[in-house]
Amino acid sequence: MLVTQLKPEEEVLPKISGKRLFIFECLGCKELYFPKEEVGKFVDSLKEEITGRAILDYLCNREFVKAYVGEYSKEIEGADLVLVFSCGVGTQVVSSLLESKLVYTGCDTLYLNGFQGLSARNFNCNQCGQCYLNYTAGICPITNCPKGLLNGPCGGTKDGKCEVDPEADCAWVLIYKRLEKLGKLDTLTEILSPRDYSKNITEYLSQKEGVK
Amino acid sequence: MNFSEKLESGKFLVTCEVAPIKGVNIAKVLDEEAEPLRGKVDGFNVTDMQSSVMRLGSLPVCHLLAQRGLEPIFQITCRDRNGIALQSDLLSAYVLGIRNVLVLTGDYVTLGDHPETKPVFDLDSVSLLKVASTLTEGKDMKGNELDGKPEFCLGAVVNPGYDPVELQLIKMEKKIRAGAKFFQTQAIYDLETFEKFMKEAEKFKVPVLGGIIPLKSAGMAKYMNEHIAGISVPEKYIRMMAEAKKEERVKTSIQISVELIRGIKSLCRGVHIMPMGWKHALELLAATELA
Repeated sequence: MLVTQLKPEEEVLPKISGKRLFIFECLGCKELYFPKEEVGKFVDSLKEEITGRAILDYLCNREFVKAYVGEYSKEIEGADLVLVFSCGVGTQVVSSLLESKLVYTGCDTLYLNGFQGLSARNFNCNQCGQCYLNYTAGICPITNCPKGLLNGPCGGTKDGKCEVDPEADCAWVLIYKRLEKLGKLDTLTEILSPRDYSKNITEYLSQKEGVK
Repeated sequence: MNFSEKLESGKFLVTCEVAPIKGVNIAKVLDEEAEPLRGKVDGFNVTDMQSSVMRLGSLPVCHLLAQRGLEPIFQITCRDRNGIALQSDLLSAYVLGIRNVLVLTGDYVTLGDHPETKPVFDLDSVSLLKVASTLTEGKDMKGNELDGKPEFCLGAVVNPGYDPVELQLIKMEKKIRAGAKFFQTQAIYDLETFEKFMKEAEKFKVPVLGGIIPLKSAGMAKYMNEHIAGISVPEKYIRMMAEAKKEERVKTSIQISVELIRGIKSLCRGVHIMPMGWKHALELLAATELA
């Protein structure tokens, strides 16, 4: 089980400022909390042009999202970037369907320990609470790189494959290729600080009312 | 002149790797590996459990070298320690007389002899360089004041044969911004690739020491071509090693390395020799007239 929260404005706004946006909003699933109201308020407050807005549940369902991408193809085409409000899985599903489009997330995803059953962890999101997808072209370096490297690949990549699993693609080569395609390689020059392992859901819940 | 001053001096530099043993027979490392190279190299890189194989630590070996007046380069990886331990070891290194630090991400644990152990990677090579730089400013990575500042000459690694090389150059630039003052490279066997790389890397104006791994056999070359990132030993060298009689292999290997070192010499600031158990580093240095 997980909680999705809105990223701080100062983190999102510089990424989208002056751009035409298409918005995907997930209504959540069996998430403990999805910041539906906050997302609505945030989107309404944006001065940017919004070419379209799709609100759906289960943004993690690839086939389902594919249909939406088709339905909204014109609006998506007309946008400079797609902004997704969902857990890390939803953002990665959207970015994998729109390889030549810049896809950013407006959310961080946190993990609730002790939950049994299928959760985002079984897919491609570590629920680290500090989503890095905006730096990495929608490909998660935490779950796709065994070392969870944040500042580029290690020296172990061989022919684009990972040193740990030669069958697997190096996440950083994938990230590089997609950013190159998007003309956004400059994103990689930023030096990211080490992960904050103190981020956890209980701290978040204690500040939140109306959450079970 | 210490290593840092030599980097400034513009002199062509030679560093050599010393690998701590698995065990405590320290004489082997100090007397047999390092001591013969006294006065012949500008720095001794001491590896940090390379290939994720548990061994004697880099830190005490560096300290013992420093005590003997041999200049150590302390290799430190992010594989086994979290941010607290890494910072503490850097402070320890300084008080033990160690001034040069080479920062690496580190191999993954499954490559070594403890594949089930917990991989750490709390920091990465870029963030660790930044943290080490912060320590030299008298603060830890959380901004807490230190009582006394360490001083380090920080270095990093780069792989000129990496594909796509642009990705290495982006990371190299980040490492420089994070505090790297010199680079040592993955082994070079293809001078053309290295020349292309140096043309791109020149703009950074940071000394680069080209890596040399002397070939032990044709089999080793083939193995590296297949398994090691960024290494491609040309067919001509593999053939030379394959055709050499057993007693001539060392000579042939030296001949190949000398050819490479001569090529490297015109392209960058030094060579970094990684013997990896090969016992003839001194002969190689003599043959290259670097000794």
